[in-house]
Amino acid sequence: METRVIINDERCKSCNLCVEICPEKVLRISDRLNPKGYRPVELFDNEACISCGFCYLICPDAAIVEIRRPVKAKV
Amino acid sequence: MKTLYKVPGAITDTPTTYCPGCPHGVAHRIIGELLDEMQLTKKTVIVWPVGCSVFGYYFIDTDAVEAAHGRACAMATGIKRTHPESFVITYQGDGDLASIGIAETIHAAARGERICVIYVNNGNYGMTGGQMAPTTLLGQVTTTSPYGREAHANGFPLKVPEMLAAIDGPAYIARGSLDNAKHIIQAKKFIRKAFKVQVNNLGFSLVELISSCPTNWKMTPEESLERIRKQVLPVFPIGELKVDEGVA
Ligand SMILES: Cc1ncc(C[n+]2csc(CCOP(=O)(O)OP(=O)(O)O)c2C)c(N)n1
Ligand code: SF4
Ligand code: SF4
Ligand code: SF4
Repeated sequence: METRVIINDERCKSCNLCVEICPEKVLRISDRLNPKGYRPVELFDNEACISCGFCYLICPDAAIVEIRRPVKAKV
Repeated sequence: MKTLYKVPGAITDTPTTYCPGCPHGVAHRIIGELLDEMQLTKKTVIVWPVGCSVFGYYFIDTDAVEAAHGRACAMATGIKRTHPESFVITYQGDGDLASIGIAETIHAAARGERICVIYVNNGNYGMTGGQMAPTTLLGQVTTTSPYGREAHANGFPLKVPEMLAAIDGPAYIARGSLDNAKHIIQAKKFIRKAFKVQVNNLGFSLVELISSCPTNWKMTPEESLERIRKQVLPVFPIGELKVDEGVA
């Protein structure tokens, strides 16, 4: 399954606002480091993400680059 | 997959210089989205202030000038009058707009200059280390009000939109907030209206955005947004304060 939330690791400042606002609690601060020394956020449960866009809206650093929703296949 | 939200092209690839969790970046993204959606990016001139957003021209990809502290509305007046085909915005903090630049702001509004003012109020002078601003709340501790702002010594918080709504010049005046997703969507609606005012040649528009300064407030970003909800919005309520006829 393709990701519903595209994250730009290099722009993330680990502010935690997206983690707090996510209604499904599917984001977390990772244990990786980006070039600026911040730990970028990651989506750990793509299936549970509801593509609400709250993380995109609250992110001050345009690190949540894109929110997508799967298109239902026509039967 | 269907794209629901996407960072607009008007936002550059340059990471911002703001502290983690500083809502200046949210204000930038909203402006960038609207400029792209309304196809204004190429004809826009943004007049940037002195303050933390002094490097804004690295982050939003439009023509730009950097005004002396507080003088953005005066500079924008000159640009709009000599280049009426340009779309002219000022982006200013509360120290910049409401303190050193209050004269320029009031007279640009009173003249009904055809410019849009984006006014980011975080209740202190962020860039210089969190001094008291005209917008600082009563009781709020800052580096220059170490015992909390006191009315008898320091006066009362200045409500710029309420002030400007009382004069005839402006066509559209509103106050939004950047503390949660719903308010961010609403703030974008207000700014869209403000931009339309200039597109339709109706006059002066200003949108105040209630923001935070986690670094100088000495709070986590989440705590700073909580403080907006609990303490700032009761004093600076959200809404439209002046909507002239013809503004949609
Ligand atoms: C003429 C002049 N006076 C004072 C300063 C110092 N100064 C730099 S930024 C600033 C205040 C900025 O505060 P605000 O407009 O609230 O923006 P913020 O940094 O909070 O976004 C001051 C007083 C200056 N640069 N120029
Ligand atoms: S789109 Fe909504 S559910 Fe998905 S990660 Fe972002 S905030 Fe959480
Ligand atoms: S809101 Fe943006 S900058 Fe903050 S942790 Fe989430 S992705 Fe990173
Ligand atoms: S000092 Fe305050 S206003 Fe300036 S970038 Fe940091 S958090 Fe933002």
